[in-house]
Amino acid sequence: MSTDRIEKSVLLRAPRSQVWRAIANAEEFGAWFGARLEGGFAPGSRVTGPITTPGYEHLILEITIERVDPERLFSYRWHPYAIEPGVDYSGEPTTLVEFRLEDAAGGTRLTVTESGFDRIPVSRRAEAFRMNDQGWAEQMKNIERHVAG
Amino acid sequence: MSRGSAGAAGLARAGPVFAALGEKTRLALVARLCARGPQSIARLTTGSDVTRQAITKHLHVLAGAGLVHDVRHGRERIWELDAEGLDHARRWLDQISKRWDEALDRLKKFVEE
Repeated sequence: MSTDRIEKSVLLRAPRSQVWRAIANAEEFGAWFGARLEGGFAPGSRVTGPITTPGYEHLILEITIERVDPERLFSYRWHPYAIEPGVDYSGEPTTLVEFRLEDAAGGTRLTVTESGFDRIPVSRRAEAFRMNDQGWAEQMKNIERHVAG
Repeated sequence: MSRGSAGAAGLARAGPVFAALGEKTRLALVARLCARGPQSIARLTTGSDVTRQAITKHLHVLAGAGLVHDVRHGRERIWELDAEGLDHARRWLDQISKRWDEALDRLKKFVEE
């Protein structure tokens, strides 16, 4: 198992154009991800917006768009687990998140990879894990409710 | 907010833990310390075709990543595993992996409904 990357693959029963919109349109991305994002996802642009989950609105999601290859590839960089208020993460290494779309029987095959973990300082990992202990599971439930609602 | 336990403070010495483990001699050292407990460099070098100097260098890389530390024992240094460091690193990646599973479940609902 690679320690530098996470890879996920899922079959979505929806046409590629629709899946693409859900990923590459800032507002739709925010709807399922759990953040209020506005503006376009253009290569090189930095997109920020508040997390929309009740109790976590003080946190800001920030991503920097890398590639936008319509209906094929969307990628951005971010600071993984940047969830501690008041911490300046800007000097730390980022990870690269890539969404790849392919046609598949019955819908669209989406493969998500996040890579670059080997460069993240271990101190950050320990801290992030501690933060997670303090209620990330609860936050995820909130996000689910928000999206379903 | 508190900066965490003594273990977390030890980890704050920082260093890319996974990169440290991505080398076979270092991975073998960690496995050996895990299986046989704290050991001196002399014992860690026994039966290995790697020189004592090289072992020392690898131990310092692992220490920099918060994975091992040494304790002075008379004239010797005894090296031992920082199990918490390993555990945090592994569990951190597991957590991020789980978050992606959950996010993709939400995306699935979003596009299929």
